[in-house]
Amino acid sequence: MTRVGVVVFPGSNCEYDAAAAVEDLGADAQFVWHSATDVAGLDAIILPGGFAHGDYLRPGALARFSPVMEAIAAFAARGGPVLGVCNGFQVLTEAGLLPGALQKNRGLTFLCEPTTVVVTSTRSALTRACHVGQELSIPINHFSGAYTCSDETLAQLVDGDQVVLRYRNNPNGSRDDIAGVSNAEGNVVGLMPHPERAMSSLVGSADGRTLLEGFLRVDVPAP
Amino acid sequence: MSTVYPVVVEVTLREGIADPEGATIERALPALGFTGVHRLRAGRSFRFEVEADDEEAALDVATSLAERLLSNPVIERASVRLGGP
Repeated sequence: MTRVGVVVFPGSNCEYDAAAAVEDLGADAQFVWHSATDVAGLDAIILPGGFAHGDYLRPGALARFSPVMEAIAAFAARGGPVLGVCNGFQVLTEAGLLPGALQKNRGLTFLCEPTTVVVTSTRSALTRACHVGQELSIPINHFSGAYTCSDETLAQLVDGDQVVLRYRNNPNGSRDDIAGVSNAEGNVVGLMPHPERAMSSLVGSADGRTLLEGFLRVDVPAP
Repeated sequence: MSTVYPVVVEVTLREGIADPEGATIERALPALGFTGVHRLRAGRSFRFEVEADDEEAALDVATSLAERLLSNPVIERASVRLGGP
């Protein structure tokens, strides 16, 4: 059975949603406290949404120094799939595992609404079960979700097929409508929308399943 | 013998990076009667003390702290100076 580590920082608040989502898809979820120094035995890692370390200073700025991040960086370096959702995305950018940064939304509005995202690359761990151009309804829930990067980084992202998802109607001022990006290898992915909250048509959308099913199609990294 | 040096770090968004907070403040100004105020940029400052052998060593520590933690170099710029409270 695929074992998924769900990282819990002080202030995380989507860890149960993430764990329930992956268990719904037949995987085994295991919480990993932020002070852990070892992620042995895990096949995939999710950094969930919330307010790690209270979002003090900047979202993700302090979480980056949690002991577990070093183990996650090593796991990612040997090809292990790592997914950051919302605050988890912010943590991955602050930690330098993903390019760019997340800024306050255009208009300084907290946004909590369904959004339509378009799959723009299928070479990432998150979108490998999708097709390019596929539209998915996934909710967002954030204040600092405007993706920002330098011209040079944007060119690298586009050339390297690292832009994974784009908003159809940009809600937050993200550069180039970017909703999610991957690292160059495609095994580390971050996105602001919450796929774990789109697991059933009863809550408005089951499109998150397509993303997480792809993510759980794990290629187990060598130890 | 080490001395305690007070430090001020100011963090602002880099030129060219959108500053929604500064823009919102600037838009509110005419309603308060402030006209002719432009290019308002929001930022934040940090004040702390560094124990070091000399000014140069204190600045080195403060600069490293400003670049590694207090600012995100992707979007922000930090200025560091020794100074009083």
